[in-house]
Amino acid sequence: MTTIRSPHTFRGGIHPAYNKDLAAGAAIRELPTPARLTVPMSQHLGAPAKPVVKAGDMIKAGQLIGEQNGFISAAVHAPAGGKVAAIDSAVTASGRACAAVVIETDGSAERQAMPALTEWRGVDRKELSARVGEAGVVGMGGAGFPTRVKLSPPSDKPIDTVILNGAECEPYLTSDHRMMVERAREIRDGAEIIRHILGAKCLRVAIEDNKPDAIAAIEQAFADMDGDVAVAVLKTSYPQGSEKQQIYSVTGREVPRGGLPMDVGCVVENVSTAFAVWDAVVNGEPLTRRVISVTGDAVAGPSNLLAPCGTLYADLVAACGGIKGKAAKIISGGPMMGFAVGSLDVPTGKTASGLLLLSAGKVTCFTSQACISCGRCVDACPMRLAPAELSQFIEADDIGGAEGIALMDCIECGSCAFVCPARRPLVQHMRRGKAAVMARRAAAKRG
Amino acid sequence: MKPEAVSKDFYVISSSPHTHSGASVERIMLDVVIALLPAFAAALWFFRLDALRLTTVCVATCLAAEWACRKAMRRGNSISDLSAVVTGMLLAFNLPPALPSWMAAAGSLFAIVVAKQVFGGLGYNPFNPALVGRAFMLISFTGAMTTWSASEWTQKLRYAAVDAATAATAAADAVTSATPLGYAKEALKAGKDLPIFDLSLLRDFFLGNINGCVGETSALALLIGAAYLLARKVITWHIPVAYLLTVLAYAAVLRLTAPSTSLPPLAHLFSGGLMLGAFFMATDMVTTPVTRRGMLVFGIGCGIITMLIRTVKSGAYPEGVSFAILIMNAFTPLINRATRNRVFGAKRARHE
Repeated sequence: MTTIRSPHTFRGGIHPAYNKDLAAGAAIRELPTPARLTVPMSQHLGAPAKPVVKAGDMIKAGQLIGEQNGFISAAVHAPAGGKVAAIDSAVTASGRACAAVVIETDGSAERQAMPALTEWRGVDRKELSARVGEAGVVGMGGAGFPTRVKLSPPSDKPIDTVILNGAECEPYLTSDHRMMVERAREIRDGAEIIRHILGAKCLRVAIEDNKPDAIAAIEQAFADMDGDVAVAVLKTSYPQGSEKQQIYSVTGREVPRGGLPMDVGCVVENVSTAFAVWDAVVNGEPLTRRVISVTGDAVAGPSNLLAPCGTLYADLVAACGGIKGKAAKIISGGPMMGFAVGSLDVPTGKTASGLLLLSAGKVTCFTSQACISCGRCVDACPMRLAPAELSQFIEADDIGGAEGIALMDCIECGSCAFVCPARRPLVQHMRRGKAAVMARRAAAKRG
Repeated sequence: MKPEAVSKDFYVISSSPHTHSGASVERIMLDVVIALLPAFAAALWFFRLDALRLTTVCVATCLAAEWACRKAMRRGNSISDLSAVVTGMLLAFNLPPALPSWMAAAGSLFAIVVAKQVFGGLGYNPFNPALVGRAFMLISFTGAMTTWSASEWTQKLRYAAVDAATAATAAADAVTSATPLGYAKEALKAGKDLPIFDLSLLRDFFLGNINGCVGETSALALLIGAAYLLARKVITWHIPVAYLLTVLAYAAVLRLTAPSTSLPPLAHLFSGGLMLGAFFMATDMVTTPVTRRGMLVFGIGCGIITMLIRTVKSGAYPEGVSFAILIMNAFTPLINRATRNRVFGAKRARHE
C-alpha cells in the first residue's frame, strides 16, 4: 500500500467554488424510516425494473419488489417492510416518469436477505457477480450503470486495473467523502471483492487532494492489503470524477472514442458502490439505502443522511431542519451536472448522491448572448471539443455539422458553460443536439 | 406572465450547470479599458490635448453610433457591454495626433456601423472594427493620416559616414519629420544608408518619445497594460508572443543579410503600432482563433505580413500592423477549422 501523487492530469477542466465545508464535517446520520416510501423502478441506467408486487401485498424489508428487466437493468428491493399502497407513477430526479412502488412502512424489524457469505474467496467469480446483480447494485456515482455488467467483462478484455472513484469533484457534495472517512474498512473489503472478481492486479483509490482526511482514512484501512494497491492523489480539478478523465489521471491511458474503460484494461467503481458490493456479497444485503448530502445555503442544517431509496426530498429536508429562508432552486445532484426539479415530492434513488437547495442569490441565470469567440470553452473542455462552434452549429440546426465535430463525445460536464463570459447555455445546446442525433439514428435504424 | 403570478412557491428549472464562474463580456471589456489606461496616460504626456481630444471624439462617436444602430435595428441595447468604448479607444490610439476631429468621428462611425453592426454586432463581426475604421481613414484621408507633427527625435540621428548630403537630409527631416518606420522606408527607397540606432535612441523608442500614433508610441505603457490583461487572463500569451518573436526573427535575418539598409530588430519591435497591435488588437477575441495552436498560427502570420509591408522596398506603406491583423482576421475561420484540438480518445493522427 502506497500513496502516489498522480503524475497526469487531464487537459482542460475548471475550478468552481466547491462549497464543501457546508456538509463535509457532518457525520453520516441515519434517517428514521419514513411512514411512506415511493420506490422508483428506474434507479439505474437501462430498462426500468418490472414490479413483482401489487397493491395490498405485505412485504418485508429487503424483499424483491422489481425484477431486472433485460441485460442493462437492475433489480429493486424494498428498503423497509410494510404494505404496498399502490403501484404508482413517479417523476424521478432526472425529470422522467416511471413506475414506482409506494410502501406504507410498518416499522417491523424483519428483514429478508441472501445468506451471508464471509468466505467469498473460494466462490466462483461468476457466482459473486451474479450475487452483486441479485442485490441490485448499480454505480452510485451518478450514472447508475449495473455493476454486475461492469464486473463481467468479455474474456477478450482483460482488466488489469480497478480504480475506486473517490474524487467527488461536484461542488457541495460530500457523501462519498463521508463514506471514505467513516466506512473505509467496508470500502476496502468491497474493493478486495471487486479486484478478485475481475482478476485485476492493480487497485487504485482516486481521491482529490482537497480531502486529506479521506486520504488518511483510506490509507489506514487499505494498509494491510496485498498486491499493487495505492491511493492515487489527484489534483483538485473538475471533472476529475468523470470516468474517462479519471482513468487518464490515474493511469495515463485514454479510453478510445466510443470505447469503454475495459478497452484500456480498467474498471472504475465509485467508493460507495464498493461499499454496496461488500454489503451484498458478505452480508447478502440488497442495495436499498445510501448516503445523500442534503446541503446548500437554503438548508437549515446541511447533513449527510443515510436514507432509504424512495424517501421523498421533503422528508430529507425536514430531517435537516427544513428550509432556511427561501429556496429558489432544488437540484438533484450537484450544481455542475445535477437536475433542477420542480418540487420536493421527488423520491431518492440509488444514484442520488446529493440534494441541493439554493437561495435566489445563488441561482445563476444563463442567457443566450452571441459568442465572442474567447476560446475559454475550448480550453475548459475535458474532452477537447469546441463547444462554441458546436453550439453555433446546433443553433443553426446543422445537426450533421455538429456531429461531424464530435458532438457525441460531449459528456455534459458543464465546464464550457461555467466559464462562458457570454453566459451561453452551452450544455442545453449540446443536449438538444445529442437528442436530435439519437432521434435521427433511431429513425435510420427503423428504415 | 411573471413566474410569481403562477405560484408563490415556484422553483427555477433550468438545464445544468447551475453555477457560473462570474465571467462576463462587460468585465472583459472593462479589463481591456483598464489595460489601455497606461497607454492613454503616456499619450496625454506626449501629445497633450490632442490625445484627449481624439480619444473623446472616437469613444463618444462609437457609443452614439452603437446606440443608434441598435435602436434602428430594434435590437436590445448593447452600449453597456463597453465594446464600443474599447473600439473607440483603440481607433483613437491608431490616429496621428494632429488629425482633425471630424475625420476621427467619420472613422468611428465607419468602424461601428459598417464593420460591426451591419454584421449583427459584437460577436458577429469578422474584422476588428477599430482597424477597419483605420483602414477606411487611411484610404479616405491619406494625407492627414500620414502627417506627423514636428518632433525633435530625428535630430538625434547620427550617421556612420557623415557627409554634407546626409547631414542636410537629416536637418530637413527634423523639420518635415516622420515616424521612425517612415524614415527607414524613405531611406530604403532612396538607397541611402540608415542612421545608427544606438541605445539612447532605443530608449526613446521604448518609452515612446518618438513620432507615431496617439497611443502606440510607448512600448513601456503598453506592456504594463498587457501584463494586466495576462494577469487577469483576458488574453493568453500565444498571439502576442508568436507575433513579436516572428517580427524579431524576420528583422534579425534582414539585419544579418543587409545591415546597412535594415533597422535593428529591437527598433522594429518598439516602433510603429506593433506593441499596441500585438497585445490589444491581434488579441481581439471575436476576430481571432479560439484554439491555442490557431493563436500561434495567427500570430506568426501577423508577424510575417507586418514585416513584408514594412520592408519590401516597393511597398507604399511604412507600417503594416493594421493590415497584417486585418488580413489574418480573414483567415480566422479557416485557422479555427484547421487547428481543432484532437478529441480526447481520438487516434493521434494528422487527420481523423
